[in-house]
This record gives sequence, C-alpha cells and structure tokens, in this order.
Amino acid sequence: MRYACLIYYHPQTLFGGSPQANAALAECAGYDEVLKASGHFVTAEALVLPEEAMTLQVRDGKMSAVDGPFMETKEVLGGIIVIEARDLNEAVRVASGHPLATIGHIEVRPVVDFSRPRPVL
Amino acid sequence: MSAAGTPACLETVYRTEGRRVLATLIRLLGGFDAAEEALHEAFAAAAERWPRDGLPANPYSWLVSAGRFRTIDRWRREARLAGALPELLALSEQTAEPIAPEDIADDELRLIFVCCHPALAPDARIALTLREVAGLTTEEIARAYLTPAPTIAQRIVRAKARIRDEAIPYEVPDRSALPARLESALQVIYLIFNEGYAATQGPSLMRAGLCAEAIRLGRLVVDLLDQSEAHGLLALMLLHEARRATRVDANGDLVLLEDQDRSLWDGGLISEANGFIGRALASRQAGPYILQAAIASIHAEAASTADTDWSQIVALYDVLGRVAPSPVVTLNRAAALGMRDGPRAGLVAIEDVMAQGSLDGYHLAHAARADMQRRLGLTEAARASYLRALELARQPAERRFIILRLGQV
Repeated sequence: MRYACLIYYHPQTLFGGSPQANAALAECAGYDEVLKASGHFVTAEALVLPEEAMTLQVRDGKMSAVDGPFMETKEVLGGIIVIEARDLNEAVRVASGHPLATIGHIEVRPVVDFSRPRPVL
Repeated sequence: MSAAGTPACLETVYRTEGRRVLATLIRLLGGFDAAEEALHEAFAAAAERWPRDGLPANPYSWLVSAGRFRTIDRWRREARLAGALPELLALSEQTAEPIAPEDIADDELRLIFVCCHPALAPDARIALTLREVAGLTTEEIARAYLTPAPTIAQRIVRAKARIRDEAIPYEVPDRSALPARLESALQVIYLIFNEGYAATQGPSLMRAGLCAEAIRLGRLVVDLLDQSEAHGLLALMLLHEARRATRVDANGDLVLLEDQDRSLWDGGLISEANGFIGRALASRQAGPYILQAAIASIHAEAASTADTDWSQIVALYDVLGRVAPSPVVTLNRAAALGMRDGPRAGLVAIEDVMAQGSLDGYHLAHAARADMQRRLGLTEAARASYLRALELARQPAERRFIILRLGQV
C-alpha cells in the first residue's frame, strides 16, 4: 500500500533559527536517501510557504483565484512524502523517523485504492 | 516454489517464514520496532541476494541472521555518532549459534503470550497478535473488527509502547499463570482462523494459509496445556477446515451449506474434532468454544440440511447466548430458528436483534434478513436488504453471491 506523509509545521518555529530546527532542516536534506535505502521511498516534494500559493475554484464554469492562503499563526503543509509500506502501522513507524516529526506534525494518509468502494457519507 | 528472489518466491517465504523470523528477531534485538525494521531489511537483502545466490537451504536462518547483522551494523554506525559503542559491541558478539526447532516454537509462543499480556487492553492484545503473530495488515484487522484503521493502528502503537515502557518480559508464562492468560490467546487464534476462512481482502475467499496457521497455533496451545476450551477451539477450527474444500466452487464462488457436497467433507478431521468435543463435554465444562464446536459437529454429522437437528442447534445457541452473549450469536440463533420454525419466525427474530443497532454495518445480518424475506416472497424487502448487504460486503466472492441472489428476487 502507498501512504502520503503530509508534513505540517509552524513556519515561525521551523525557520526561526533555533539550533534544534536548524539541525532538523539539515537532516531533512538527506532523508530521501534514507527512505530509498530502506525501500520505502516513492516520491517526495518540499513545498514553498503558502504566501506564494494561489487558491482557485470554478463555479458556474467561471474560475476565480485568490492569493494565499495566509496562515501566519497556524501550521502549514510544508512537504509531501509518498512511501510504500505494508500497512498503516509500518507507514507510521517509517514517518516517525522523519526529522521534522520532532518539530511539526506528520499526517499519514493512505493513498486511494480505486478498486474499493467510495466512502458513503 | 517460484525461482529464488522473484516477487512471488519472496511473497511465499514472507508468508511462511516472516512471522517466525520476526518472533526470533524480537528476542535477539529486544524490541518490536527494531525487529520489524530488521525483518524489512532482511527481506530487502533477500530480494538482492537470492536471485544471484539461489534460495538458501534454510530461509528462516538466513533471514534471522541477515536481519540481525544489518541491524547491528546500523546500530554501530549510529553508536559511533552517539558514542555508545562498547555496549553494542557486546551485543553483536553474541555467537550466532544455529537455532533449534524447539526454540523457534518457543519464540512463537513467547510472541503470542507477550501480545496477549494482561497489562494490555483486550482490544490491543487482539490487534497486536493479529498483526505480529498472524501477519495481517492493520487494514485487514480493521475490517475484521468493523473498526476504522487508525483506531487499530493506534491500539498497536500504544500496546507496543506499553510493552516497552513496562518492560514486559518476552517469555512463556509459568504453569500457574498460564490458564489465566489462555483465554485471550484462544480468542485471538480464533479470529486469525476467521480472517483466513472468510478473508476480508484479496481475490480468493479463503486464505488457507491463515487457517492452517490458526490450527497450527491451536495445536501448539493444546500440546502445551490440557484445557477444555483449548480443545474446543481446536475442534471448532478442524470442523470448519473439514468443509473448506466444498465452501467455494471452481470459480471461487460461494456454495451454501445446503448445496455443499457432503461426501467431500474431510471425515478424518471431523472425527478428530469429535474426539476433542467428547473429551471436553465429559469434563462437564461447556465454554463458548466447546458449544460452537458442538453446533458445528451437528452440521458435520447431518446427511443434509433437512436432516439437520435444528432443535438441538437452537438449544445449543441458547446455552451459548447465556455463556457468551453477543449480537452475532443472537443473529445465528435467529437464522437457526428460521430453519426450525420457518422463515416467518426467523425474520421476526432477525429483525429483533437488528433493531438493537449494533449489526447495522454487518453485511451478513442484512443478507440473513434478505434470505428470510426471499423465502417469504417479500420481493421488494428482500431486494432492499440484499442491496444493503452488497454495499457493506467487501469480499469479491461474497459480493458475487449477493449479486446472484439479487438477480433471483
């Protein structure tokens, strides 16, 4: 199964210059290689802060877009890692080794298996 | 077996040896997380080496030593950074003596009993054993339990943290503590069997490997401890196993009890099971497993559905409902009542238990209701119940069966 590990952090904490945050950032640089060596790696991207993002929607066939979102005081989504793991517990164990798990939060989400029924809400 | 190192070969070895390798690695490395990582690394090494060097004579030993040495190597590298080298050198210098077969069985028993330790919450014991001993994924366990996967994952994470924090010993309990710890172990083994018998995931209805694994664990426990319920559980599993070949047809489609070719049932397993039941009933102890085995035995002995002693089955469910009440027991009793007294009585009883609400998400409850409605000619109601069962059913063979029934009403 594939799992997306969504990494959230407070920009102020991560880029605030503390020795702990700087050490975690330094360690991040090589973390793809760790995941490749263990055979879990599928793909990974770090994201630029949301100030440089656009949010769009299409309603009645018309697209509108706004800048942002701006969430100075909230945690932001800062990176995505997709891993291959046997199950949710293995995915959680693998994600718990990520350097940013000590600074922010990592949400582990199973990637949709389209052979299974859609959720009924 | 497929060529060494192919994904199919590794998959087979993972299924047959993975859990035993893990059980031994936990003892050698002293913890679940380290052992799981080592297991992962051992199979990664196998994928690399076996295509070149061929399948080793003893894959179990090969994987244990590969997992162990890779982990110790990694610890050494990390220790060099952390400056804790001497302790780890001592650990890595333990001789890698060959492991005797009885030690492997002991490792598996240790694993069962640590996973079923009373310090863990009952739900957590089951989730942990299903994952670590039986090798189910978190997601499979979640479906077997009608529980969201993150809930199961959390139970497993917490259980492991507890084992680590309380330093629960990795050992088989002594004879005085053993009976008290058995009940949970038996429940877990039965769930493993059920998962194999009606697998919630995968292309084929039955994963014979899981059933065989549960029966193997059942025999292991019976050998270790002469206790009535352990015999009852083993008898129950053997009776299901005796009918396994007739439960699906060549296309992998479900065959109902009434349509199964009874001449193909395994008489050897049935008489072995009856021996266990007789012995347990003679000891005047009627626990839930013995009662369920006695019910299964009545089915196994009958020449046809019509010849089945449904009165006796309803009576046994009555006793079972007192010893171990649960909505599923009530549902099964209701279905048996439908055979004894006709579909009208069956439908009333099924609707009574479903009105309590806890079976809303259980596809077999809707299918049982649909069956009674179908037999009563309540076409529209039967159709609605089958549709609801279909929405909830996961297993492809079960889904095909429900679709077939839908076409008939």
